[in-house]
Amino acid sequence: MSDAPVMAIFGATSDIAAAVARRVAEDGWRLVLVGRFPAAVAADCSVRGATAVQTVTADFADIASLQEVADRACTQWDRLDVALVAYGTLPDQAATETDASAAVHGMMTNYVGQVILCNSVALHMARHGRGTIAVITSVAGLRGRKSNHLYGSAKGGLQRFLQGLRHRLFGSGVRVLDIRPGFVSTKMNAHLAQAGPLWATPDQVAADIIWAIRRNRNVLYTPWFWRPILSVVRLLPLPIFHRTRL
Amino acid sequence: MGAGGQSLLGRGNGRSYGDQPLNDGERLVDMRGLDRFVAFDHQSGILTCEAGLQLADILAVLCQAENGGSAWFLPVAPGTRYVTVGGAIANDVHGKNHHCAGTFGRHVLSFDLARSDGLVLTCTPHENAELFAATIGGMGLTGLILRATVQLRRVVGLALEAEDIRFDHLDEFFDLAKESDQPWEYTVAWIDSMASGRRSGRGIFSRARHTAAPGRAAARQPKMTFPPGLPMSLATPATIRAFNALYVRKLGSAQRRRRDHVNYEPVLFPLDAIGAWNRLYGRPGFFQFQGVVPAGLADAALRELLAVIEASGQGSFLAVMKLFGDLPSPGLLSFPMRGATLALDLPDLGEPTRQLMARLEQVVIAAQGRIYAAKDGLMKRASMEAGYPALDRFRASIDPAIASDFARRTILPPPLPA
Repeated sequence: MSDAPVMAIFGATSDIAAAVARRVAEDGWRLVLVGRFPAAVAADCSVRGATAVQTVTADFADIASLQEVADRACTQWDRLDVALVAYGTLPDQAATETDASAAVHGMMTNYVGQVILCNSVALHMARHGRGTIAVITSVAGLRGRKSNHLYGSAKGGLQRFLQGLRHRLFGSGVRVLDIRPGFVSTKMNAHLAQAGPLWATPDQVAADIIWAIRRNRNVLYTPWFWRPILSVVRLLPLPIFHRTRL
Repeated sequence: MGAGGQSLLGRGNGRSYGDQPLNDGERLVDMRGLDRFVAFDHQSGILTCEAGLQLADILAVLCQAENGGSAWFLPVAPGTRYVTVGGAIANDVHGKNHHCAGTFGRHVLSFDLARSDGLVLTCTPHENAELFAATIGGMGLTGLILRATVQLRRVVGLALEAEDIRFDHLDEFFDLAKESDQPWEYTVAWIDSMASGRRSGRGIFSRARHTAAPGRAAARQPKMTFPPGLPMSLATPATIRAFNALYVRKLGSAQRRRRDHVNYEPVLFPLDAIGAWNRLYGRPGFFQFQGVVPAGLADAALRELLAVIEASGQGSFLAVMKLFGDLPSPGLLSFPMRGATLALDLPDLGEPTRQLMARLEQVVIAAQGRIYAAKDGLMKRASMEAGYPALDRFRASIDPAIASDFARRTILPPPLPA
């Protein structure tokens, strides 16, 4: 029986998640990779040195299936050290303003599904009295802006949910980490010009995430400079804020 | 692929020196996203990975000493480990062990190639054999390499037993190279390209071989990075002369030979010690020249090349010589041939540098040699034709949707006048 630590990753083919997976794989962790097509990441992690890798095929848009998906992921092995909830979508803001189904899809894939997964994982971890629930939200969740406030509100809602979950799990031995990345060069942002000093690579973000998990942090801004940037953005008085194109 | 009438070009980590990874105004496909391992068999050493994976990752993950110290290792290691597997195939890179192992392409068992007709072809020496041969050294022009299977090499240990030996003349270089051919798997020589008169032809011969002494894997990233934004080059004839005069004395004034046990990194990947070292040349940048001349004519041609450089007064920090062996590559446009190769970094001083490069090119072509396409930024069409006799055969395998600045300059038919 292996005693290597276990990480379950929901949305394993997300670029940030895959970067986290390969880093912990090289440290010999065991992995449960959950997603639509986790096989390629699983093979990569195996070669990189993961002690063992399991895959669970799941479609996160299928909300009704998620409780069972979470249960399967949590019970692959006798222990679960970290659950990383990494999937998400970037809805087309304009479409969500006129098309109700686009708005619903955006909320389902950025808030509702994550809440269901976190609740299931929390039950499981609380029973064992240990573990870390790490969830990728976004700096976009901190202030509603005209350019992406459907996405931002879902991420913001998720941040409030995690805040409450942390409160609920206080004393249970289970930690909750709210990961707030800024611009990251990923498939989700492939339509944007990914140049400039604010853009980070998935691997840089992954290194921060692993650091924050090891340090039992509650909230992580990654890279670090988003914390001061966001404190300014949040404090901008409305008359000024409304004149920006943010 | 190739929609909208624009050509495209797969690009690896951009470590080629010339215009070969460029496609001005048209499309580049950044292949570095395809960077996953697919499978590795610890028994046989056969690795399958996606083409955007870098050699640095293979070294860090797979080339670890096992019980007893022996390890899997790259069959061929070019001067930098920050190149992708696809790029290593597309340039059919070689290393300091060419005389023992040949080029990278010799160790490629198969690869998957995406063509613009929508097909993904598995290419091996037996299946789609012509595309296999054209793609090895084919500079990305035959399709997008998606994944590859490579045979790694078993070594007795990660550490190297390394020797540096001072030589004063080219004759001594040739003698050392000959004497080291079998017993030393890695050989290379640095030559003082600024030396003149009786000092001409002096340098340091370096040879190394794996040893069972304990060694460690190289770091994933360089520890230092050269800062960006230098407006001018730090490489001037004066600084190069001073550097070379000091470097040739690195063994100490009395000592002519030094033997050490070292990690493989400084020996095999000297360029990786400082990240973005190319910034040393500032905004004007530099050219790299690398040519090879066949064995029979090598001695005379090398002397002539050094004389041309000496006469120009434009030297190089890194003037590197090596004797290639005669192990054939499967690639149609593979660069190495049995003979001697000389590589130089030349700061771009404008017209004088271009004239010097043209002169060096002439000498190499006249000696029935060839210019290394992966490093070239200036060679003439005629030199490409002369140096690569299989070029016509290669053209038949070029994917019609793919092009590069290098290909337009030297391989593809020139555009018709409007």
